[in-house]
Amino acid sequence: MLSLLLDQYNYAVVIILMMTGLYVVFASRNLIKKLVGLSIFQTSVFLLYITIGKVSGGQPPIVESHGSDHANSETLLFASIGEVDSVAQSSSEVLYSNPLPHVLILTAIVVGVATLAIGLSLVVRVREVYGTIEEDKIEEYDRIYYKEILERQ
Amino acid sequence: MHDPHVILKVISKFLVPFIALFAFYVQFHGDFGPGGGFQAGVILAAAVILYALIFGLDAAKKAFPPSWVRVGMSLGVLLYGGTGVLTWILGGDFLSYGVLAHDPAHGQHYGIIAVELGILCSVTNVMIAIFYAFGSRQPEVDEDNW
Amino acid sequence: MMLASYATAPTIILDLALMAILIIVAFSIVRMRSLFAIVMLQGVYSLVSAAWFVSLDAVDVAFTEAAVGAGVSTVLMLAAMLLANRKSDPVPISKQIAPLLVVIFAGLAMFYAIGDMPAYGDVNSPANTGVGMDYIDRTTKEIHIPNVVTAVLASYRGYDTFGEAVVIFSAGLGVLLLLGLNGNAGRWTASPSGQNIYPPMAPSANSRLSVSSDNSKSVTSSAVKEPSSSTTRKSKRKRFKDKGNN
Repeated sequence: MLSLLLDQYNYAVVIILMMTGLYVVFASRNLIKKLVGLSIFQTSVFLLYITIGKVSGGQPPIVESHGSDHANSETLLFASIGEVDSVAQSSSEVLYSNPLPHVLILTAIVVGVATLAIGLSLVVRVREVYGTIEEDKIEEYDRIYYKEILERQ
Repeated sequence: MHDPHVILKVISKFLVPFIALFAFYVQFHGDFGPGGGFQAGVILAAAVILYALIFGLDAAKKAFPPSWVRVGMSLGVLLYGGTGVLTWILGGDFLSYGVLAHDPAHGQHYGIIAVELGILCSVTNVMIAIFYAFGSRQPEVDEDNW
Repeated sequence: MMLASYATAPTIILDLALMAILIIVAFSIVRMRSLFAIVMLQGVYSLVSAAWFVSLDAVDVAFTEAAVGAGVSTVLMLAAMLLANRKSDPVPISKQIAPLLVVIFAGLAMFYAIGDMPAYGDVNSPANTGVGMDYIDRTTKEIHIPNVVTAVLASYRGYDTFGEAVVIFSAGLGVLLLLGLNGNAGRWTASPSGQNIYPPMAPSANSRLSVSSDNSKSVTSSAVKEPSSSTTRKSKRKRFKDKGNN
């Protein structure tokens, strides 16, 4: 329990945020609020990935190299933004955070907004046909619709 | 003729070119600092969206016609894929940019620039297309809900 | 707790503050009913998480999240909200219990699993010793550009990014198919020789399509507005039932 508070609090926070988003998706009956919940859930997943890739005392993965000799990573001098961490100084090697989650999440964000746009346009079309975006009313109208079809048969 | 939004209009007219310029900075400085095609595309789209929000959708459609949008969003993907096909033709694998120049590192540079341009084109035009689609839809909200 | 964490104590305070803001914003989204407030709070949530991304060294991600999450997606949500509704109906308590139970159960299961996760900021965690760190060394040797994220995005994982570009393209295509670039898809309109053809079956669609934003001047507002909202609602229901009778 102590380790959870000291070492792994990031996961606790991310799980709380994720479950909040999931609750909004489940519990709210309004389609736009559902999409907002979905986007909270999505952002929390992004946070989960990025916190996993974080290295304590690390720098953003932008390798600053001097001169034309880029080839040797050991000779890299540190000249970036931010303060130099004591760990980095002592080992004379700059620590970088893991760039791989950044790449995955970077593309996921843009794809996320594109799919959000699809969802929103579906909501707009639902609103135009049903006149409402509340799920309960949509279900009620559907019930009327299918009842009429069954009666005609 | 009294225009209630004169400050907004003047300021945003001043801002829009700088937002677009910043987008291109983000695009072409993306190799050296934070940035790249995705971010630049969204920022460039945001410039058009700001223009549309302030001056109206019709003015924005005159500045950035929907026909460009339709062509641009496919052109971006084609540019990306075309880079891959070009590396095929030059004898490499799909999207292995080393064959684009004599020095493989330079080839990587050219390839990354071409690919990022494709992403810029595609993302910008898709975002603008989505905004145009939502913006020009006539609202059906009832009067008492407003 | 790791030694390095003490050295970055101010960052921890910043992190905790940002986490607290995120949780408060998320909880208030749960309780709100005004869609406008919800959408704006979603933008706030994106912006605060972008601030946390900067603190987590993910500058590229923060950039994207600030531009996309707080900018474009908020604008899109506002546009969709204008086309849909302003308020959400209250949900009865009886319908909130089951989701709450599911969420609590799932959350507890995930809390139980936290013990197996590596510590926050651990250099030697499996995620941070694998291919990700290898990319940093290889980028300086093979590609010679400082930003490792761009190198991985465009070169090492170029296939992935190609897939993402295609996904974005198809998402844009989907929106255009659903709504139309000029906002008139699905409204049963066609203008073969400069004049509109409305099928007689959809009276309310006809009346509502007063101004089409097509850049051709031929589209004219042909319709009278419905006198009051209640008749609009009725005619919409009628249209709905008419379709059911076909």
